[in-house]
Amino acid sequence: MAQTITQKIFARAANRKFVDPGQSVWLNVDVLLTHDVCGPPTFDIFKQEFGPDAKVWDPEKVVVLPDHYIFTANEHAHRNIDLLRKFAAEQHLPNYYDVGTDRYKGVCHVALAEEGFNLPGTVLFGTDSHTCTSGAFGMFGSGIGNTDAAFILGTGKLWEKVPDSMKFTFEGQMPEYLTAKDLILQILGDIGTDGATYRAMEFDGEAVFSLPMDERMTLCNMAIEAGGMNGIIAVDAVTEAFVKARTSKPYEIFTSDPDAQYHSMYRYNVEKLEPVVAQPHSPDNRATVRSVAGTPITKSYIGSCTGGKITDFRLAAKILKGKKVAVTTNIVPATVHVAAQLASETYEGQTLQEIFESAGCNIALPSCAACLGGPSDTVGRSVDNDVVVSTTNRNFPGRMGSKNAGVYLASPLTAAASAVTGKLTDPRDFL
Amino acid sequence: MDTIIQGKAYVLGKNIDTDQIIPAEHLVYSLSNPEEVKLYGKYALSGVPTEQGGLPQGNIPFVEEGNFTSPYTIIVAGPNFGCGSSREHAPFALKVAGAKAIIAESYARIFYRNCVDGGFVIPYETTKPLNKSILTGDELSLDMEKNTLTNLTQNVTYELRPLGDVVNIVQAGGIFEYARKNNLMASSQEA
Repeated sequence: MAQTITQKIFARAANRKFVDPGQSVWLNVDVLLTHDVCGPPTFDIFKQEFGPDAKVWDPEKVVVLPDHYIFTANEHAHRNIDLLRKFAAEQHLPNYYDVGTDRYKGVCHVALAEEGFNLPGTVLFGTDSHTCTSGAFGMFGSGIGNTDAAFILGTGKLWEKVPDSMKFTFEGQMPEYLTAKDLILQILGDIGTDGATYRAMEFDGEAVFSLPMDERMTLCNMAIEAGGMNGIIAVDAVTEAFVKARTSKPYEIFTSDPDAQYHSMYRYNVEKLEPVVAQPHSPDNRATVRSVAGTPITKSYIGSCTGGKITDFRLAAKILKGKKVAVTTNIVPATVHVAAQLASETYEGQTLQEIFESAGCNIALPSCAACLGGPSDTVGRSVDNDVVVSTTNRNFPGRMGSKNAGVYLASPLTAAASAVTGKLTDPRDFL
Repeated sequence: MDTIIQGKAYVLGKNIDTDQIIPAEHLVYSLSNPEEVKLYGKYALSGVPTEQGGLPQGNIPFVEEGNFTSPYTIIVAGPNFGCGSSREHAPFALKVAGAKAIIAESYARIFYRNCVDGGFVIPYETTKPLNKSILTGDELSLDMEKNTLTNLTQNVTYELRPLGDVVNIVQAGGIFEYARKNNLMASSQEA
């Protein structure tokens, strides 16, 4: 029986030969991810339900990456880090990346990839909706709440409904002014913020496979913005090279059968697409940058699991080299590793960090920072009637802080070009 | 559990995301310390733009300034309620504020799972949009046996979609209670 890649991963994790969309199955979980916002309540529920002396099902499979509220004076946020630290010590969790130590990494979805936790064919659940990011590695990744995570901590299993799959094929050669962010915003404008609810979003086509891993992660990252259960991209040589450079753990590669059934199929030619933004206040409120060019902005923000990876900064540096920003521009590398790359990678004789500093950008420490607003002292948090152009993933009211602010979601090229002019600007004006 | 839930309606629009249900800056409070838990009630739905809260009139807060609980028991909304982040603090905050059920056209997956598996609020789906005909403050009665919603103020009854597969988890009060009743916690460890 023909199956999609997502069905095959479900079947493997449920010890079955095949599974049907709509059927609920118990999955064996390969990795459970949590962080400082949802870890403490998850651990509370775990102890309440399994007993104060209960042990997690497999300490190797629990990955704890604090990343949300790190560089803040907020005492409750500090207490959450203390609670993670205490639980990790009690449970002897080897994969805890403590704040204030050289083990600290930064944004969990990017760190998972860097540290070799993303393995093709595996099942990852995380207490964060952007856990779908890891689908770029031909694996299943999906977000869950604290109660479900506590259930996994005790049993290593979770029930899940097998999703229908939607297929998005991008043909053609990627133009230099287009990024993965433009592709996913294009899809969101077409299908809406609930266009993929409870479904898998499978990305395919030569343009997708021409992208580096971090760009593929951007595509899968925003599957949740369409309501998707997961985003997924088949494994190729690029995926395998990335994985093998970081881990020697075994993995299994699955591919969709040619006659697999899809809920729906969409085809795009990237050579005909344009840079786009999602206007306030919804990720599906798409407009071409040209159609809204000239809209004044007060801030530009380049960071997060969506738009704070090395490729995002390489692209931004191409535009910011030798220029000055006209508005407050925050550069927030997702992880410590990305921050180190900013200091070591060069473009036309300058490091990326030098390019950003010379342009007048503020470079912040790696964390989720203002992507979700955060405590009042968070770097880049929107205030009053700010109009922000941002490489992050959500722009619902209040998402980056102020309820009265407007956020335009954009590619790093568009965010950089707009930073220079102080108005929404098509990156083709600078390339 | 009670099969009838009666109380006042609080009406919202579409795509009410988790940042509107409980803004991210409040996620730092403990979900187990009773004094801090009250704050989740205080800030429930505080991220909804003022003019979009308590439709059709708007400008009606779910929780009055200075209070920790809401006078509204049943939330009525459009499609895609609970989209956005995975924070279980969202259905938790609604429960702490005093909400018992949501009647929406559809839900985002993680929010729906959290409502059911955590046993916080009961997420019913409507067969047609109700957030235009029900007004904030109307007295509603939800019958979970008949899957109907009666607007006592307007004297009209609507059919709701049955809860389907999850009704047993909802009735048990959450996934842990359900799993214990059905010996699933043991069997899920063996399989």
